[in-house]
Amino acid sequence: MSSERRTDVVVIGGGPSGLSAATALRRQGVDRVLVVEREREAGGIPRHSDHLGYGIRDRRRFISGPVYARRLVTETADAGAEILTGTMATSWRDERSLYLTSPRGREIVSAEAIVVATGARERPRSARMIPGSRPAGVYTTGELQNRVHLHHGAVGKRAVIVGGELVSWSAAMTLKEAGCVPAAMVTHYDSPESYGVFNLGGRLLFRPDLVTGHRVTQVLGRRRVEGVEVEDLATGDRRVLDCDTVVFTGDWIPDHELVRSAGIELAPDTKGPLVDAAGRTRREGVFAAGNVVHPVDTADIAALGGTHVADAVLRYLGGTTAGAGGVRLLGDASFRWVSPGLIDLSAGIPARGRIETWVNDLVRVPRVTVTQGDSVVTRRRLPWPASPGRVFRIPWDVLNGIVPNGGDVRLHLS
Amino acid sequence: MSERSERSMRSIDGVYDVTIVGAGVVGTAIARALSRYELDIAVVDAAHDVGEGTSKANTAILHTGFDAKPGTLESRLVSRGYTLLGEYAERTGIPMERTGALLVAWTDEELANLPSLREKAEQNGYDACEIIDADAVYATLPHLGPGALGGLTVPGETIICPWTPSIAYATEAVDNGAALLLGREVTGVTVGDDATVVHTSRGDITARWLINAAGLGADVLDCALGFDRFTVTPRRGELLVFDKLARPLVDKIVLPVPSKLGKGVLVSPTVYGNVMLGPTAEDLHDKTATGTSENGFAFLHEKGERLMPTLFEEEVTTAYAGLRAAIDHGDYLIEPDPEQRYLLVGGIRSTGLTASMAIAEYVEGLLSDAGVELRRRSSLADPPQMPNIGEARPRPYERDEVIRRDPAYGELVCFCERVSFGEVRDALCATVPAVDRSGVSRRTRATNGRCQGFYCGAAVDATIEEMVR
Repeated sequence: MSSERRTDVVVIGGGPSGLSAATALRRQGVDRVLVVEREREAGGIPRHSDHLGYGIRDRRRFISGPVYARRLVTETADAGAEILTGTMATSWRDERSLYLTSPRGREIVSAEAIVVATGARERPRSARMIPGSRPAGVYTTGELQNRVHLHHGAVGKRAVIVGGELVSWSAAMTLKEAGCVPAAMVTHYDSPESYGVFNLGGRLLFRPDLVTGHRVTQVLGRRRVEGVEVEDLATGDRRVLDCDTVVFTGDWIPDHELVRSAGIELAPDTKGPLVDAAGRTRREGVFAAGNVVHPVDTADIAALGGTHVADAVLRYLGGTTAGAGGVRLLGDASFRWVSPGLIDLSAGIPARGRIETWVNDLVRVPRVTVTQGDSVVTRRRLPWPASPGRVFRIPWDVLNGIVPNGGDVRLHLS
Repeated sequence: MSERSERSMRSIDGVYDVTIVGAGVVGTAIARALSRYELDIAVVDAAHDVGEGTSKANTAILHTGFDAKPGTLESRLVSRGYTLLGEYAERTGIPMERTGALLVAWTDEELANLPSLREKAEQNGYDACEIIDADAVYATLPHLGPGALGGLTVPGETIICPWTPSIAYATEAVDNGAALLLGREVTGVTVGDDATVVHTSRGDITARWLINAAGLGADVLDCALGFDRFTVTPRRGELLVFDKLARPLVDKIVLPVPSKLGKGVLVSPTVYGNVMLGPTAEDLHDKTATGTSENGFAFLHEKGERLMPTLFEEEVTTAYAGLRAAIDHGDYLIEPDPEQRYLLVGGIRSTGLTASMAIAEYVEGLLSDAGVELRRRSSLADPPQMPNIGEARPRPYERDEVIRRDPAYGELVCFCERVSFGEVRDALCATVPAVDRSGVSRRTRATNGRCQGFYCGAAVDATIEEMVR
């Protein structure tokens, strides 16, 4: 029968947040910390994003994804955490133990505390329900980068990138490196200045056609992609962009399967586990960090989230806290999601002292209003724009003045 | 593999006893059946894999035949095929779950129709249907949308893997010596006095008997034999497959009351643990139009929201379109022409998966009546044991003893579907091997999951390239 491993903390997922959590836990004196990583190597998505831009906020460095990933792995191993690669946590045995599959066989790991750091994935074409034929040459950024950086495989000659998030530029850089021209970038957002991320384009010495205010209506081509049909959202006019490669970028969704299958409550807006500022889920002893909590932030911020969740895990192991309680934090219709979804004053403030949100439309001069019940808690104008396609941060102290049992707290944007 | 079996099994004079055109579920079932006799069999298909045409995008149900038109050949063969394939699936490990179905009436007219449907089922030899009221419908399917008035239970309806049967049949046929000649498009036929030459894109194949199981192309081949008796219209059916996390919403096949255009849109669990919604029914002219469409999606969205409102809160894992071979004829068209030593197996609609083994049995009878000598082989290969890609039984990743014997089964390459390197390797080395990514997917489920290759696509492709080379 399956053999059993016991440990103090098991971290599911060896990307930036999981590794950082494990490092912090070891450094703060937890004896046995085990990281379970399903890929052959730990490090997460930065492993195959072979371009600069990693490590800015957590390490004060400007390094490439693979270098960043290796440093995180080395640091975690040096801190004395055990990293099991090629090992997937497939399901729960009970509230404190999970089944693992690896070439060693089927094992069970049981722990005092569990940190879920399973990250997020991009919605593939099918989940976006984009019709048409099913030719070769349709990728997500994840598959594209895996193909180019880890397997050194070929892509086409001329690509259309669907999406206008940070990751869309990461895809463009990878295409360029693979000898494929990133010919156009299609986004439903209105204007290129509606998100600062496009400024990156200047720095990268290439500039795809920005097809803004459009959506993709069809993928064309029999064996290989021959083009994508796009529709102008204002006029309804359609045209075909020629290409032999399409990359569906962004539109992230947390890899929340383990959380859901445990019956742990999800936040309907993020589709990640509902957590408080400390990273506690509604299930005692189960914590979450990184992009599984909300999709999606950069690797350095995910790493800081991992470091942050370690505090809550330590307090829990010390016997001082239970699962998350508190009141709900909800966004109005301007927000796609707000996080954390729970405000429990005992949880302290979140990593970096900010509420993280994702807005649907550009607001150049955002005014944030916090209400609880019928009363207005805070009104504040923020000096940075609320841009779609990236995380919009709101200082945590806008919540000063809410009452613990005063009901749902709402964020409004105008 | 196919090269080897071609060389070793061709009869001395280079003439096969039977050539079957079409390596779909029907063609391979016939090949399996005939391969158990002292006959040299060739199966030829333009595709590079078995089950590549209409067979692969089937609604994946083993039908009892309760709603067939009584007295037809289709009714008889579906009913018989249900038993035969059910038994064969048990023996070979073709994934199958006996979930049962519930036919739901949404209008007074449909409700009034239920007794006649039950009667029809009885005429088709199926007497397990029961009429239940709305409360019982919602007790069975608590997530069903509002407005159901009643239902008819069909406890025997069964979900099945649509891909494994063709592969199992072809494997058994090859094990018994049949030649599987794939990647050969049939370009013409010359009927001689003793033998028929099938011209293909990669040479001629000569055989005494020709069996036309060409699916969407059956009418064209039939014309080449001098007939003008039917036209195949490709009927496109689009399907949406929902995330495995939707699976708790539905554990039975939910059928609509059938109308003239076909069986209508159903919601069904799949043997892989997903939920499926579809198909649409749209007659086309293009026999290669397997793309999905905006209208199809919109239609399924509207139907699905009414059938099961919470379904669209879940992620769509994949969408695909398949073509059924609809013909202008109310029944299967299985007719021998002993003069030309030719047998047509046409008009096999979406029920063909269920009926496949019964069709093959029926074909055996027709050939025997036409004077083909059917002598059992003295040594017969056992039916193959197919890899388990269904959720009803433990998969390799869950089996400690399997992984300990061969750690490749613990090396997961597709995380969403929990597919191991060992399974991908096996698919590429099998008797009827996968030759590309879609072939690997149909044999292992790799890349079929919610990420659609975000994590595993590149690794699976690299493995295929390495092993095929």
